[in-house]
Amino acid sequence: MQITVNGKSVQTREGITVTELLVEQKVKTPEYVSVELNGEILDRETFPATVVPDGATVEFLYFMGGGAR
Amino acid sequence: MTLDNEQIERYSRQILLREVGGKGQEKLLASRVLLVGAGGLGSPAALYLAAAGVGTLGLIDGDRVDRTNLQRQIAHFTPDIGTPKVESAAAKLAALNPGVKIETYTEHATADNILEIAGRYDFVIDGTDNFSAKFLINDACYFAERPFSHAGILRFDGQLLTVLPGRTACYRCLFGGPPPAGAVPSCSQAGVLGSMAGVIGCLQATEALKCLLGAGELLTDRMLIFEALALRFREVKLRRNPRCPLCGENPTITTLVEADPVVCDLREARR
Ligand SMILES: [Zn+2]
Repeated sequence: MQITVNGKSVQTREGITVTELLVEQKVKTPEYVSVELNGEILDRETFPATVVPDGATVEFLYFMGGGAR
Repeated sequence: MTLDNEQIERYSRQILLREVGGKGQEKLLASRVLLVGAGGLGSPAALYLAAAGVGTLGLIDGDRVDRTNLQRQIAHFTPDIGTPKVESAAAKLAALNPGVKIETYTEHATADNILEIAGRYDFVIDGTDNFSAKFLINDACYFAERPFSHAGILRFDGQLLTVLPGRTACYRCLFGGPPPAGAVPSCSQAGVLGSMAGVIGCLQATEALKCLLGAGELLTDRMLIFEALALRFREVKLRRNPRCPLCGENPTITTLVEADPVVCDLREARR
């Protein structure tokens, strides 16, 4: 199935969970990434049980510091 | 306040804008913006705000200029190494526009000082580098009811979000709370292209000016993601999170407290 991850079209398998998608997309520190699925920020505890639906829009939002130092 | 001839000349190019005009310029001159952090993001933001004639700029930063800062913190010059950043930046702002009043706080933002300081300003710019400060600013602006601009930069990427506390999605709506120290890479570990600070800091200044002028649409309920390598701006739509620990339906954060000083900089964490 086709989904959109951070603005890019991605081919993945049917039934994949958010946790599995984080691994598949080689996200380095998945425990500190916020995930928005179809416009909704997910609770971290729900990642393993949440299945990504076909055609979903997924955003991985990363902590970004920077600035002063 | 009426503009004198010198002011009309200095600000003529923006007074020409329908969204600014003489009235808007007077509004800017009567406005107060606080910059938390006088570094990578704070430098360009402060310079453009001073140039635009924002009447009072507050600068809060406890650091001194270091040689490694000069690659991106453009308010500081080589002879400034060792000088407090707020003093170094204040001197440049005063030289650029003597008509702007600069208020300096040579200290880091903490739970003890930031609420009171932020309350004295109309808009706050988060130009800090560490996550405990970013959450502190988010929370302080919520309690002080001050609009603010969040931003972060790393490597070739940047992110930006404007928050109208209690009305639009806040930083905690997205991220909940800070990551543990060292868990997330920092600029000093992972690097950052200097011009990223310019791009994102200038966008923060733009949001501040728009907010003060009441012009256009603010970057609220959407996060701007800038990817310089692809030269791509993306927007992620957001909405307030009912489970947000600060602005959600059952908040667990009801007073301003600072998390353990979690810095995104391992060198700093070891200090
Ligand atoms: Zn919130």
